[in-house]
Amino acid sequence: MNKDNSFDAVMARKSEIMKKSVGIDYSIFESGNIAFDYERMMKETGYTLAEIEEIQKETTVGNTPLYELRNITELARKFAPKGKGARIFIKDEASNPSGSFKARRAATAVYHAKRLGYKGVIAATSGNYGAAVASQAAMRGMKCIIVQECYDSKGKGQPEIIEKARKCEAYGAEVIQLSVGPELFYSFLLLLEETGFFNASLYTPFGIAGVETLGYELSMEFRAKEGRDPDVCVVTNAGGGNLTGTARGFIKAGAMDTQIVAASVSLEGLHMASDTQFNKKSFTTGHTGFGIPFATWPDRSDVPRSAARPLRYLDRYVTVNQGSVFYMTELLAQIEGLERGPAGNTALAAAFKVAQELDQDKIVVVQETEYTGAGKHIMPQLTFAKENGIKILVGNPADEVPGETIILPKDPSYLCISDLDIEHTKKSYIRNCIKNNNIEIVSREDLDFLIADTKSDEKFVLKVLEELEIPVKKEA
Amino acid sequence: MNAKKGDWVRIHKIVLKVGERAPNIPEDTQSVPLEMWDKGFLLNDNANIGDTVKVETYIGREVEGTLIEVNPYWDHDYGKAVPELLYIGRQARELLEEGVKHE
Repeated sequence: MNKDNSFDAVMARKSEIMKKSVGIDYSIFESGNIAFDYERMMKETGYTLAEIEEIQKETTVGNTPLYELRNITELARKFAPKGKGARIFIKDEASNPSGSFKARRAATAVYHAKRLGYKGVIAATSGNYGAAVASQAAMRGMKCIIVQECYDSKGKGQPEIIEKARKCEAYGAEVIQLSVGPELFYSFLLLLEETGFFNASLYTPFGIAGVETLGYELSMEFRAKEGRDPDVCVVTNAGGGNLTGTARGFIKAGAMDTQIVAASVSLEGLHMASDTQFNKKSFTTGHTGFGIPFATWPDRSDVPRSAARPLRYLDRYVTVNQGSVFYMTELLAQIEGLERGPAGNTALAAAFKVAQELDQDKIVVVQETEYTGAGKHIMPQLTFAKENGIKILVGNPADEVPGETIILPKDPSYLCISDLDIEHTKKSYIRNCIKNNNIEIVSREDLDFLIADTKSDEKFVLKVLEELEIPVKKEA
Repeated sequence: MNAKKGDWVRIHKIVLKVGERAPNIPEDTQSVPLEMWDKGFLLNDNANIGDTVKVETYIGREVEGTLIEVNPYWDHDYGKAVPELLYIGRQARELLEEGVKHE
């Protein structure tokens, strides 16, 4: 019997395919409305921190070096008000197998897949995660398929994504490359159905729990080195998993005062699903094109309930322009002797400015670096930008128009960040919860969930609900 | 013949034709098909570029598509010279040295 593999038919089988391929029955955590039991989901389907440390140790993931960026700190101080300029540190996650923090996420996912008896793993990603899954699958003797959005309709691909394809193949994975479009998900579902492989989604509880060791490690390292936790941790934010996992790790370490700052590259004005705009961007991750939609609606991911919920943990959200991240990547190589990134250096560009706001005895940590290589490097990425009609200028980054210009800061004083109005982002999230769940009245359980999921308070959520004209059910 | 059985090849196929694509995607994307590229060992005895062929992928799946390349290879590189970047290191080093002089 031939299955109907049309787009609509496959999408209609989505939840059935997902359940089989992730091995989680998400329905048991549901309340039927907005709320779901996030902590129970993380607890029952994930692993304890100690278990994850063991799993990651098996494949030598984690315990990456921590560098103090003394020259970058000094440079930041030169352009900071007197007495300001916190010490900037960076966690060299590029030292993980596969070259990024994503090895932490993949380690638990692949371990879990193997334990459940799956023969292989599939991940839909154009980023470092694909290489991480492929590398972990190689270590654990599993088959691996990586599905990536790679080319526009002219067959032109981002050099950074092509490099990731090469890396996945190097680890023995099959790489399926697609042209631009969200229907990648359709191909992904078909593959899951055909192979019966595990969906090594970025957004499962095991994936996110895998990143918890990063926050925990940072806290332990700083306590050993400096006698205290870092004051600020800056995290490059795309789908929200890096931030969620890291923040949860800090909390598990008891580091309740470390401020969590999200940083994304601003790609304002570019449409992520547009064929003609696909190659107008010079970042394929860490940007607002993922950061904002995933913050305001995390459950858009490839699992029914995303374990990555950035608004639950972030204290501040800043954006930087593409030029500033390329600039910081060059600085990191030139004055710190570390050739890394570029996309992972988004948080570093933001940290430079955040440090300038703080006293010199404070500590700002950037929690990741990523490997660099052919294609995945400032020169090929800027060469590609030029070939796609983007002007590379030196001047004021604030004038950059994504898709038209990339502006490198004239000198370090020109670096700038913009604060996103996170109250607005939280409001958008609440609005999406109401709209996407067709809610007419909110229960007490929903209210508590929304407060926790936006790291806000009852007053704030009630005000937003009032604006949306959504009543709250009176207690019986 | 461009390729024989067992050769490592790259294939291409249309996953969704124009008109079959998802609703709610931008018009420019709607007006082009969703394409796919994959690689594998050729299963046909012989084939020419442009033929519809079957391959066995590296992990052992069987996939059908149009033959587009034999012995495909990567040619991404470190790009061309980007002179716009050259001031960054020199300027930063100068700024840091100035600091030393003042101390």
